[in-house]
Amino acid sequence: MDIAQTSFYHQAILTLAALVVLASFVMLGQGRLLRIVFVLALQGALLALATALAAFSTDNPHFYISSAITMVLKVILIPIMLRRLVIRMNIHREVEELTNRTSILLGGASLVIFSYYVMLPIVHTSHMVTLNAIAVSLAVVLLGMLMMISHRNAVAHVAGFMSIENGLFFAAIVSTSGMPMVVELGIAFDVLVAAVLFGVFFFHIHSSIDSLDVDRLNRLNEVEK
Amino acid sequence: MIAVYLILLIPLGGIFYFAATGHKPNAGRINNWLNAATLAGSIWLALDVLIEGPWLSSDGELYVDSFNVYLIVLTAFVGLTTAIFSAPYMAHELRVGRLNNNRLRLYYSMYQGFMLAMYLVLSTNNMGVMWVAMEGATLATVLLVSLYRTPESVEAAWKYFILCGVGIAQALFGTILLYFAAGQLHTEGGSENALLWTVLYENANLLDAGVMNIAFVFLLVGYGTKIGLVPLHNWLPDAHSEGPTPMSAVLSGLLLNDALYAVVRCKMLVDGATGSPLAGHLMMGFGMVSFLVAALFLHRQYDIKRMFSYSSIEHMGMMTFAFGVGGPLATFAALLHMTVHSLTKSAIFVTVGHASQVAKTQKMDRIRGLIKTQPEIGWGLLIGTLAIAGFPPFGVFTSEFLVLIATMHDYPWLVPLLLLGIGIAFAGLFRNLQPMVYGEVPRGQKAVAANLFPVMLHLALVLWLGLSIPGFLSNWFAQATELIAGSSPL
Amino acid sequence: MAWLIALLQTLLFIALAPLLAGWLKCCKCRLQNRRAPSLLQPYRDLRKLSHKQPVVARQASWIFTITPYIVFSATVLAASVVPLIAVDLPTAAIADVIVMVGFFALARFFQALAGMDIGTAFGGMGSSREMTIASLAEPAMLMAIFTLAMSASTTNLSVAIDHVLAGGFVLRPSYVFALLGLMLVAIAETGRIPVDNPATHLELTMIHEAMILEYSGRHLALIEWASQIKLMLYGVLIANIFFPWGIAETYSLEALGSGLLAITGKLALLAVLLALSETLLAKMRLFRVQEFLGFAYLLSLLGMLSHIILEVID
Repeated sequence: MDIAQTSFYHQAILTLAALVVLASFVMLGQGRLLRIVFVLALQGALLALATALAAFSTDNPHFYISSAITMVLKVILIPIMLRRLVIRMNIHREVEELTNRTSILLGGASLVIFSYYVMLPIVHTSHMVTLNAIAVSLAVVLLGMLMMISHRNAVAHVAGFMSIENGLFFAAIVSTSGMPMVVELGIAFDVLVAAVLFGVFFFHIHSSIDSLDVDRLNRLNEVEK
Repeated sequence: MIAVYLILLIPLGGIFYFAATGHKPNAGRINNWLNAATLAGSIWLALDVLIEGPWLSSDGELYVDSFNVYLIVLTAFVGLTTAIFSAPYMAHELRVGRLNNNRLRLYYSMYQGFMLAMYLVLSTNNMGVMWVAMEGATLATVLLVSLYRTPESVEAAWKYFILCGVGIAQALFGTILLYFAAGQLHTEGGSENALLWTVLYENANLLDAGVMNIAFVFLLVGYGTKIGLVPLHNWLPDAHSEGPTPMSAVLSGLLLNDALYAVVRCKMLVDGATGSPLAGHLMMGFGMVSFLVAALFLHRQYDIKRMFSYSSIEHMGMMTFAFGVGGPLATFAALLHMTVHSLTKSAIFVTVGHASQVAKTQKMDRIRGLIKTQPEIGWGLLIGTLAIAGFPPFGVFTSEFLVLIATMHDYPWLVPLLLLGIGIAFAGLFRNLQPMVYGEVPRGQKAVAANLFPVMLHLALVLWLGLSIPGFLSNWFAQATELIAGSSPL
Repeated sequence: MAWLIALLQTLLFIALAPLLAGWLKCCKCRLQNRRAPSLLQPYRDLRKLSHKQPVVARQASWIFTITPYIVFSATVLAASVVPLIAVDLPTAAIADVIVMVGFFALARFFQALAGMDIGTAFGGMGSSREMTIASLAEPAMLMAIFTLAMSASTTNLSVAIDHVLAGGFVLRPSYVFALLGLMLVAIAETGRIPVDNPATHLELTMIHEAMILEYSGRHLALIEWASQIKLMLYGVLIANIFFPWGIAETYSLEALGSGLLAITGKLALLAVLLALSETLLAKMRLFRVQEFLGFAYLLSLLGMLSHIILEVID
């Protein structure tokens, strides 16, 4: 079956899935912190939109609540908090030198292929159209991890962490009819607390190494120096 | 079954009480009473379960059977004894100026928060809530790891936060796949109930085997990060060595156990769905690698708390291995090992905390002659290490012996590896321990106020479990084993 | 009839390309608050150049003199396989989109040779840069084209456009990526900002201009004209593959007329977009071009992946 035979909502959700993964790639290759935060907010907005669309097409009011939570948390609260912290720490002008950006991005592309390979047996178990996007959401999770590996700034790590959350959230939307409400609220609560703690940590790290470059957090070793 | 709600509500109240009132001199005592109350609640709960069998709350969200109830009691017990130890310990830290009132307020509040998360992990029936609580445990403890605010502790806490956060995200992915697999069944109660463990367990043979296998890989990697399985263990020695000692004790004694509990629950589902030993083999592989690598790393340590945290990885590896072997005997041994390891390891960390207060350092080459300066600490450390290294007649010996026998039966070619690991670990612990206990006393080393009651209690219990396992306890383990492995070892 | 239309389309390509260049220049001037030259200025330039006698260096070989003709004819041949106003092209059945890329490669090959032929420093430098960029841009372009080819199951441009038209409005994630990737490639291949600046002859930055620095008279006119056709060709590719609506599906006069109007409108719009981006962006350092094209390749690759991952539904 071709995508042309599916309904418009499914096409839209699949396209949004593609854009979500594109946002991850843009963050991966970006060295400016404020832009990373902006793209993170954009990714959140795409998620909220996808959720709202899913709510509309499946007539599931539960999704509207998730969409609203996503909107508030991932599009407004967390990006604004990160942005203010970045400006307050006066690191918004720094540009992170990413070594070997092209190979990082191509590494990201191979992660997409890998997640497709991993998820293929699952996709074959069902005829759900949106299930195709579960490979993409796993890719977003893995790309978030790659971002944490390749970037050195703590803010970029937090953005990677949050995009991992985004990928998980997206997986829940496309593969199921949404997690049970109690779980979803719990996850949202965890994300919120994590975001606040990250904010606290920025100050701790900043006051202990006078920078947010986590490569300089290197005092702890397996063996004594 | 008010007891379940009791053990959840008391810590919840505790969080807000400590957060609201700020630190007062009597906070330590109140913390003790709160933990004592939850311990009483948990014993009440255990008696109920013992008499009436498994209990499911009316909305299905809470579930207590003989597997988790014994962990609840263990958690409450270690929570209480660690609290008893921590009150004077924290007062000492306050006196020497390493901490201030605000941080103690955070400490006590989050101690209760951590306990709440642990009870929730254990008592919930919802795999999603289990994940949320597990992440909650990270969030509660991450600021405690950096409680001293030294650059090292901030680094350790950041590492802990990021690695555990990322690791456990994989577990959420696995949970989503689990939910997806369950969603295909259209079980009664609709999708809201599809994540309930009891529902999943009932329908385990209907779940799609392929999906479940993939889900289990994610779950094992996710929760395995929390267990500290190699190669996902990097956060663990740092977090243990840089945080305050009571934190190390509860992390080692409780958090790791509960993460393993989550994995075992998942394995029960996957085994039901696939009917193949793949999940068990994965756990065996991870467990064996962790066991051997950690045993080797014991030799390279310079920090006393780091050394014992590697010993925790080693033992968690062995338990994971034993659960992976499956079968009644191995499972029974793993359950017993969970108990004795928790008790011994928290006792050791308590002693180590005092020892480093005596020597004013955690560096092993500067801790010397404990047995002369303060004999009870020296003896505590010595006996504790003997127990954890698996000397008879302590309980660790019994459980390790059972693991060996079970392995001999099913996978004889793995026995030499296990023996080798035990030997290496033993050597690693004792080459460092000997000078610390017996070495020459540095000048000016003075005894500190220490409360070694918890240590003695734990070690006595471990000794008792080594000599004879009381009937009600072995019954309990047997029931839990029957749940997990399908048949009873007795 | 079909062959007549094909011929007509090719002629239209040749005739309208300078107009597009003029319109682009006009938009840019407006955006930068300058007085714009007339829309017909490129035609005047071409006429003037073609009347001048070409000056050829003494040591130039036959390659130097033959290159302008090869470049021009290869570009025209490439243009002849791209549907402009009508979809059903007999030429597209002879030469598919990969041949079109091949024509570009042929033109580029001779241009690079000619750049080095005389032995000036700038010529060699320009050739080397052009080939560097081409070697990165070509895989990206082919990847984007394969994405289209996979979803339409053909490399014939006419059939591919037919396929898109027949499907009606379908949101395809792969097309979003292919579109973006192709746009980046087009910018690099036609030497626009931020990869190259066609308006300057600054030693350190020029790429395309450096190769043709020694050309004059009608030789220069041909090369300029060819590059204008190339620009238009990319515009038509983007417009007609991704937004083919309006193109003539029959050979009636009415349909052809509306097809012409549609493509004029689309190209005008694309030119405005290009002018806007050229005004907003600064030219990037040469060493960053590989990152730019790496991103283009990534987009095309993602396009193909998302076709495989998302669009194949069982």
